[in-house]
Amino acid sequence: MTRKQRRLTLIGCALAVLAIAAGLVLNALRDSIVFFSTPSMVAEKHLGPGKRFRLGGLVEPGSLKRGDNLAVSFTVGDGGATLPVAYKGILPDLFREGQGVVAEGALDAAGVFRADTVLAKHDETYMPKDVADALKKQGHWKDDYGKPGEKPSASAAPTRGAMR
Amino acid sequence: MIAESGHYALVLALGLALIQSVVPLLGARWRDAALMNVARSAALAQLLFVAASFAALVTLHVTSDFSVVNVYENSHSLKPLIYKITGVWGNHEGSMLLWVSILALFGGLVAAFGNNLPLSLRAHVLAVQAWVASAFYLFILITSNPFLRIANPPIEGRDLNPVLQDIGLAVHPPMLYLGYVGFSISFSFAVAALLEGRIDAAWARWVRPWTLMAWIFLTLGIAMGSYWAYYELGWGGWWFWDPVENASLMPWLAGTALLHSALVMEKRNALKVWTVLLSILTFSLSLLGTFLVRSGVLTSVHAFATDPTRGVFILLILFVFIGGSLSLYAWRAPALKQGGLFAPISREGALVLNNLLLTVACATVFIGTLYPLALEVLTGEKISVGAPFFNFTFAPLFVPLLIAVPFGPLLAWKRGDLLGAAQRLLAAGIAALVAIALVWAWTYGGATLAPLAIGLAVFVIMGALCDLAERVGLFRIPLSISLRRARGLPRATWGTIFAHAGLGVALIGIVCETTWNSEYIGAMKPNDVAKVAGYELRLDGLTPRQGPNFREMLAQFTVRRDGQDVSVMTPSKRNFTTRGASTTEAALLTCGASQLYISLGDTSADGAIAVRIYHKPLVLMIWWGPVLMAFGGLLSLSDRRLRVGAPKPAKAARALQAAE
Repeated sequence: MTRKQRRLTLIGCALAVLAIAAGLVLNALRDSIVFFSTPSMVAEKHLGPGKRFRLGGLVEPGSLKRGDNLAVSFTVGDGGATLPVAYKGILPDLFREGQGVVAEGALDAAGVFRADTVLAKHDETYMPKDVADALKKQGHWKDDYGKPGEKPSASAAPTRGAMR
Repeated sequence: MIAESGHYALVLALGLALIQSVVPLLGARWRDAALMNVARSAALAQLLFVAASFAALVTLHVTSDFSVVNVYENSHSLKPLIYKITGVWGNHEGSMLLWVSILALFGGLVAAFGNNLPLSLRAHVLAVQAWVASAFYLFILITSNPFLRIANPPIEGRDLNPVLQDIGLAVHPPMLYLGYVGFSISFSFAVAALLEGRIDAAWARWVRPWTLMAWIFLTLGIAMGSYWAYYELGWGGWWFWDPVENASLMPWLAGTALLHSALVMEKRNALKVWTVLLSILTFSLSLLGTFLVRSGVLTSVHAFATDPTRGVFILLILFVFIGGSLSLYAWRAPALKQGGLFAPISREGALVLNNLLLTVACATVFIGTLYPLALEVLTGEKISVGAPFFNFTFAPLFVPLLIAVPFGPLLAWKRGDLLGAAQRLLAAGIAALVAIALVWAWTYGGATLAPLAIGLAVFVIMGALCDLAERVGLFRIPLSISLRRARGLPRATWGTIFAHAGLGVALIGIVCETTWNSEYIGAMKPNDVAKVAGYELRLDGLTPRQGPNFREMLAQFTVRRDGQDVSVMTPSKRNFTTRGASTTEAALLTCGASQLYISLGDTSADGAIAVRIYHKPLVLMIWWGPVLMAFGGLLSLSDRRLRVGAPKPAKAARALQAAE
């Protein structure tokens, strides 16, 4: 093979791998990303049942109820709207009433958010952006929330739920 | 006084770094050996002053001097001594100080052990190193000074985040930084080569050990962090594809590619331009990681926008260094001479394929990590890119890489024989097929991909062993001669074998843990029994206990298997009063490479406690793999050819005149 042919082989291989990777990335970006909503946004957008998204907001004080066999229900609010959440499993250490929470799952037919994952960021000052904005408007903002804290390599500690 | 001295030492280090960034370059330009030698003493003195500054901060933490903001916010007088020390880097300011200390350490090492480097190359390398150092000293002094005082000192501190009060914090960040920052050396060498406009195989021989050292630390650091997350976070996950983790994975992928391309450059004098680019990219990704973790941009883009000083400063550093080095590359790289022709099927070709797949895999991680940030900045829409994205993109790119791994070392330089290599790998292929059949039969009706993945892992491990067998002529010549040959193999060869086998070992762990993990989640009262994977776990009871700076609830489980008591496990739930935070201390029981894992949830009113029990088959192999890789790296680092020292470059005498 001549030098030119060798170079062309190399460039061809590189382009092929890049094309495959680009295809994989585009495909994955279409199928496997999850959007983030707050209860108000859910009300505005009329999200249908079964569509997966991440729900962020504050756990409404006094709303946490524990049922049998680790079933948990609580209400997430953002100052505007609220949304009931049902979850089965162990809540993360940083989960607390009145604090920020992010849950992943989908609405069911009755309008209850069935979470299969409840995230509590390692950093206890973590606050979803939209929740922070909503809170600021209402004057509930505490300065402590905004400070970026220290985290080890994994900043999210998802609690895998039991939607088995 | 200690705080002020520490601050002062840091300012002096900045001054020295500024001198070190300019004087040696002038020296190289004027060919003045005395000026070029300033780099050496400046680098050593700089190390001394940063070390003094770091020691000052450690002293402040150990003596619980709460008149210093950093100590007040992150320490507590009742905290055990080890966490008082590790707490130094368990916060933003302290961890940045550790960052520059390690940078200065590497600069000092080059200065101390770089006696056999051409004078002008050493001057250039140390000058570039000092540019990076100056930028970060300024960053610390302007935006994140750890030595600030409080006007009215409080009596007690606010304690360290409880999750960080663990031995993991003592090991993980320093290891990770030794890796991250270690790549600054290859970066400095690359920029120095571009500035000088000359590069040869000897250059690669100097760069390789430094890259290898950084890579070993980064490998161990990532593995350590993953194990820490696994036992500390309490839900048994070991990799989250979290941006903070990806920030360390990207330099690792690029660094692994660099390690292999530097090999081609050292042995065959080819891929020069690419190796230089990879050196720049690897450290750029380290800088990017520092930006992601340190600017607060991950907590939310919003937090970044409200307090932008730190973020914007690091972003500026990022732009200057990445933009600057890439522009320099675009300008000077065409001047570097190409060398070493090779056929597509050859050792070089295999290493190019390795580089191609690693960098593309790195790019997918890059996209998955930064796409949500970019989207939020541009459209305000918040999305999350989680494990599914990476499983669909990263994994398919790693499969061909793993298939190619055993072939690489069996191909000859320049022109390889693919068929011959395949014949020599016949045993590995058969072993892989047998493994697939066995696993498939054993887990009949279960996951379909898992047996194939196990087969791939077996192929990688056996491939490494085939390579070894081939080299010592096992079964072809008497065993005693084979053994003698094995002893005579270069350590770098042993390193390759260990590191490649480590890949397969880690893959087996990953596949087994994700596929055949069994779990039990439920509320248990004393004397309840949970059954998981053939084990019976009885909750004996709950006892409260007082720790140094926390209260904890200990649960005792008796583990039985086949009617025999195996062991006792005591997971606990800790409550840290100062911060009002709680942590879950999981209990681990190791049987071979598998582990039983118990973590506790909340207690309910009727005295039951939420319990999560996992049986994780072969989970420890996930971390044995990286340890094997790092061991391989260490063997390679101790190779004779690197210890004896690099040969003098072809025209060492002219090196002095080569600048510009």
